Amino acid sequence: MSGKDVLLQVDNLTKNFQTGSGIVKAVDGVSFDVKRGTIVGLVGESGSGKTTAGRCTLRLIEPSGGRLLYDGVDLRNLSEREMRAYRRRLQIVFQDPYSSLNPRLRVEDIIGEALDTHGLAKGTARRDRIAELLSRVGLNPDHARRFPHEFSGGQRQRIGIARALAVEPEFIVADEPVSALDVSVQAQVLNLIQDLQKSFGLTMLFIAHDLAVVEYLCDEVVVMYLGRVMERGPSRSVYAKPRHPYTQALLSAAPVPDPKAGRQRVVLKGDIPSPMNPPSGCVFRTRCPFAIAECAQVVPSFDAVGHQHHVACIRHSDPEVISQGHQL
Amino acid sequence: MSELPADIVLRVDDLRTYFEAGSRVAKSVDGVSFDVKRGETVAVVGESGSGKSVTSLSIMRLLSAPGRIVGGDILYRTSDGRVLDLARMPEKAMRGIRGQEVAMIFQEPMTSLNPLYTVGDQIMEMIKIHEPVSRMEARKRAKRMLELVEIPAAERRLDEYPHQMSGGMRQRAMIALALACNPRLLIADEPTTALDVTIQAQILDLLRRLQAEIGMSILFITHNLGVVAEIAHDVVVMYAGRVVEKASVDALFDNQKHPYTRGLLACIPNAARDRSESGERLRLNPIPGSVPSILALPEGCSFAPRCSFTTAECDQNPSLLAAGPDHLSRCWRHEIL
Repeated sequence: MSGKDVLLQVDNLTKNFQTGSGIVKAVDGVSFDVKRGTIVGLVGESGSGKTTAGRCTLRLIEPSGGRLLYDGVDLRNLSEREMRAYRRRLQIVFQDPYSSLNPRLRVEDIIGEALDTHGLAKGTARRDRIAELLSRVGLNPDHARRFPHEFSGGQRQRIGIARALAVEPEFIVADEPVSALDVSVQAQVLNLIQDLQKSFGLTMLFIAHDLAVVEYLCDEVVVMYLGRVMERGPSRSVYAKPRHPYTQALLSAAPVPDPKAGRQRVVLKGDIPSPMNPPSGCVFRTRCPFAIAECAQVVPSFDAVGHQHHVACIRHSDPEVISQGHQL
Repeated sequence: MSELPADIVLRVDDLRTYFEAGSRVAKSVDGVSFDVKRGETVAVVGESGSGKSVTSLSIMRLLSAPGRIVGGDILYRTSDGRVLDLARMPEKAMRGIRGQEVAMIFQEPMTSLNPLYTVGDQIMEMIKIHEPVSRMEARKRAKRMLELVEIPAAERRLDEYPHQMSGGMRQRAMIALALACNPRLLIADEPTTALDVTIQAQILDLLRRLQAEIGMSILFITHNLGVVAEIAHDVVVMYAGRVVEKASVDALFDNQKHPYTRGLLACIPNAARDRSESGERLRLNPIPGSVPSILALPEGCSFAPRCSFTTAECDQNPSLLAAGPDHLSRCWRHEIL
């Protein structure tokens, strides 16, 4: 999987929200690459900024700073009109298959709307294309005239995927696409996502909180906490040898369906701090079992700890931290 | 009246809870039986529509119309040793059970917490309803409850409103409220589902610790088999209103004797199993189709249309069959699994 070129380069992305009581830095200097034809997982807990970062990469939320180099072009420099041409190449699939489909539109129009917007197909061609898309995502093309409420959650998520695929995109941001689904249905949709990814050569940013799903599905993983990236790298390397104490805690906290797993658990104290008033230095230090005085003073730089594996922690090479990562 | 072995706190026996609307009857819970032993945790696991939540609401007698218990017993042993059938308790007597004997926590803490009162006031009210104590004494007890659930700065937190707390903190406050009158049985309906994994780990640790300290029994309703493996002693797997498999946690994860349970475990991505040596993704093995509507259940075994082990026998719905020591399966073919 080496030598693939980078389709999207997110460079020092920031997003500030002005609120009544100050500025919230929801995304604070996030950088990562997405190579063509790969799936990158963006993981983190609520408040980590993963959803905001995901939407910023498509400019569905306007970033406050940084660069979004897509195929060599900085999306942030494009005018609204120029951006519209790019929208066809960039699509999103949402988490909630109930609120992301217009309940008043028939399925053929939910999918057809995307075709109409970009002037892709009319009349019979439009009908054929909709039928083709429905069967591609495993739905009965005869159900094109039904409304969203006539489908189950898993089927609705398939409609959402068909809508994203309608315009033949290259890059899809999938924001927790399987989180709202029952386990048995979740596996069906994960199979569909990887089939489609392979057959259309899609590149994906997969936002999720389920670490097992990300380990299975994603080639690379980016771990976020309080608006910043803590660790990123190839999934195999990050899951086998997590070097950031936050990644270690996250992995150790995920319940494993095996009562005999008997893992060592790193239980974090307290909650994620308010993004309105993040800790100085390393934002994770207030919950970190390895924090030292220096962590409050310096914002850790991104250091390489393995092939394409980077960590933002000043103690990443401390034997204590490394050995905890090995014991998980 | 009813015989109940001494180590059993709750016995649900052939419980049937139906929702009737006109001529249509949704048999949400259809003949469910299980025991909860003293100081142990039973996990009821299932997907949406399995009837797991309706089972817990039936025990608490919190069903909303048109849902009602049409049959079966819910035998409960009180702290003073009486055995009551909660399925037939008058509502007024039930009020003495809820909170004091059996308490419930929910996925969403705001289901239990009132946004208009401070957390301290709500816990104090709970104590004062059930016990004749002074306001000062109740406040002292409320503070101790917050400390028990590891809420820092308990004295100050007593005077805070739920909205001033984070999600994990609210979940703790709800647990403190539920445990304020020392219930013998805690019913926890997806209590960690809305929480982040690091907070979920804290809450599971807390429940385990409280169980060891207080000796309460827990009925834990969840869809997450990972959580089941972490917290349960015994497991009840439900599908379409019925129990399909029942076993100790070790027996269940060692050897699933029902194709549905086996399928559920195969659905959970596991990189060690679902990726090849070279890291290539292998396809997952989902259960085909989706959970049937409780209003249109197939004849015979409800799982048969999604099952890869079906035979002619499956036209008949099997009863729970012995598939091993303390291991029951509602599958004709449990032996080949």
